[in-house]
Amino acid sequence: MTEEKFDAIVIGAGMAGNAAAYTMASRGLKVLQLERGEYPGSKNVQGAIMYSNMLEKIIPDFRDDAPLERHLIEQRFWMMDDTSHIGMQYRSDDFNESRHNRYTVIRAQFDKWFSRKVREAGATVLCETTVTELARDSDGKVIGVLTDRTGDMILADVVVLAEGVNGLLGTRAGLRETPKPQNVALAVKEMHFLPEEVIDQRFGLKANEGCVIEAAGTISRSMAGLAFLYTNKESISIGIGCLVSDFAATMESPYELLESFKNHPSIRTLIAGSEVKEYAAHLIPEGGYRAIPQLFGNGWVVVGDAAQLNNAVHREGSNLAMTSGRLAGEAIFLVKKGGRPMTKENLALYKSMMDKSFVIKDLRKYKDMPALLHTNSRNFFTTYPQLLSQAAQNFMRVDSTPKLDKERATTAAFIKARSRWGLVGDAVRLAFAWR
Amino acid sequence: MTIAVTNLRVEDKLYQNRYVVDSGRPHIKVRPHKWPSANLFALTSVCPAKCYELNDNGQVEITADGCMECGTCRILCEASGEIEWNYPRGGYGVLFKFG
Ligand SMILES: Cc1cc2nc3c(=O)[nH]c(=O)nc-3n(C[C@H](O)[C@H](O)[C@H](O)COP(=O)(O)OP(=O)(O)OC[C@H]3O[C@@H](n4cnc5c(N)ncnc54)[C@H](O)[C@@H]3O)c2cc1C
Ligand code: SF4
Repeated sequence: MTEEKFDAIVIGAGMAGNAAAYTMASRGLKVLQLERGEYPGSKNVQGAIMYSNMLEKIIPDFRDDAPLERHLIEQRFWMMDDTSHIGMQYRSDDFNESRHNRYTVIRAQFDKWFSRKVREAGATVLCETTVTELARDSDGKVIGVLTDRTGDMILADVVVLAEGVNGLLGTRAGLRETPKPQNVALAVKEMHFLPEEVIDQRFGLKANEGCVIEAAGTISRSMAGLAFLYTNKESISIGIGCLVSDFAATMESPYELLESFKNHPSIRTLIAGSEVKEYAAHLIPEGGYRAIPQLFGNGWVVVGDAAQLNNAVHREGSNLAMTSGRLAGEAIFLVKKGGRPMTKENLALYKSMMDKSFVIKDLRKYKDMPALLHTNSRNFFTTYPQLLSQAAQNFMRVDSTPKLDKERATTAAFIKARSRWGLVGDAVRLAFAWR
Repeated sequence: MTIAVTNLRVEDKLYQNRYVVDSGRPHIKVRPHKWPSANLFALTSVCPAKCYELNDNGQVEITADGCMECGTCRILCEASGEIEWNYPRGGYGVLFKFG
């Protein structure tokens, strides 16, 4: 193998790497993909909601054999304080269409399936192989990789860095920076198993329908963070994540946070009696648009979480990873087909394709959101949820207080907690960051 | 085995996971230090696998066996040189069944 030279080497068999490898191999390029896990997915953690449209663009008939759990028909957003939640809920039978829009998946199974497709498309996939270094020529052009398997260098025209959020190779080679603690969230997650009928019944679902809950509030103990609960066929994925900088400052422990989320009265009954079969932890890139590094250079491109391509506001990541992987693959194919070398100038095509896609457009839309939520985390994650909950309770509890007095008390509570200017300021800042 | 969902200890949680431990080759090392920095000290509660602990002399030590390779400690302490962080050799370390 060491004698061979590949058109492309892909590092990592996650969403981004598989999309890139599949796109190139199915167009006839000679692709080598390297994955450090025992099997694809063995190192990967996700909620996990998978978006059909972005996968359809790569494998149109994926529904025929991909391991899908439930298609989503309902989403709940909950603002929580210690004993209550107030929320928004959207459920629609329209989501019971034949080509479902979103599914829950289990990454270890999904990644194995995706990797099988990559192999069928003709790529060589080597697992249990950690890439230890990028090989570069005297001009600094990336020309291949070194692995922990043999001492030999494996050569390729271009290397696709799909190594995930904690990508060591690109950062050590100086191609981008290591993520800053304020730009990554640490999430912990558990898999709770329950019989299918019990899940159906607790969430009001039937025949593969799924429901997801996203929750914020005092559960993150003033840190910028979110919790989630996703229904799979026979299990519930439950987790919580907060910024690493906030964890370091508060010294909160992530598993205690998850334990108290699970014990919240609004959550406890949903997972009661379940069997826990796994506990996982992973980082999520949250820096958004301003944290995106240089995406290409001489002999290399970077895709997915490694490039911070993650939309924290909408909790989308795998679809940005798949799309960036696909576009990188298409760009490389076009450069190759044109008989041109994999130089920085030619690989700029990948960036221009990305700029036209929803990936960069969406991230640009929310470019001010990470900073806002970070500097205002106490207000958004503790004060407002508490105030909203009090307001709701005030509204619903029937006693002999005149309604007008109740309204005044609610308004006064908001102003006392945040001042008139604080409230207006937060609303304006949020509106601008959202715009 | 059914485990009650309430108040699990982290050791019990990790017990559910599958690992292939590369004996004698820890992938994370803490550099010798007199006193831990704030970030290094924070790892004793922030590491989701509770790999970091304070010893009797006030120094932070690591036992990386339960590590889930999340990278949090790298993000907090690699730049200052307090820890050395690498991925385990291919095939070793945590192996998620679900992920
Ligand atoms: C708790 C949680 C919940 C999430 N929920 C959602 C969700 O519901 N929907 C959604 O769309 N996104 C979600 N995301 C985000 C999503 O998981 C990521 O955006 C996506 O997995 C990124 O794909 P990737 O291919 O870039 O990276 P990864 O999936 O992390 O893949 C990187 C791969 O590279 C391999 N690798 C790394 N270094 C090397 C090396 N040196 N040599 C060989 N192999 C290497 C790794 O083993 C891994 O397989 C969530 C993330 C988390 C942590
Ligand atoms: S990588 Fe994560 S789980 Fe492993 S020791 Fe560091 S913080 Fe703990």
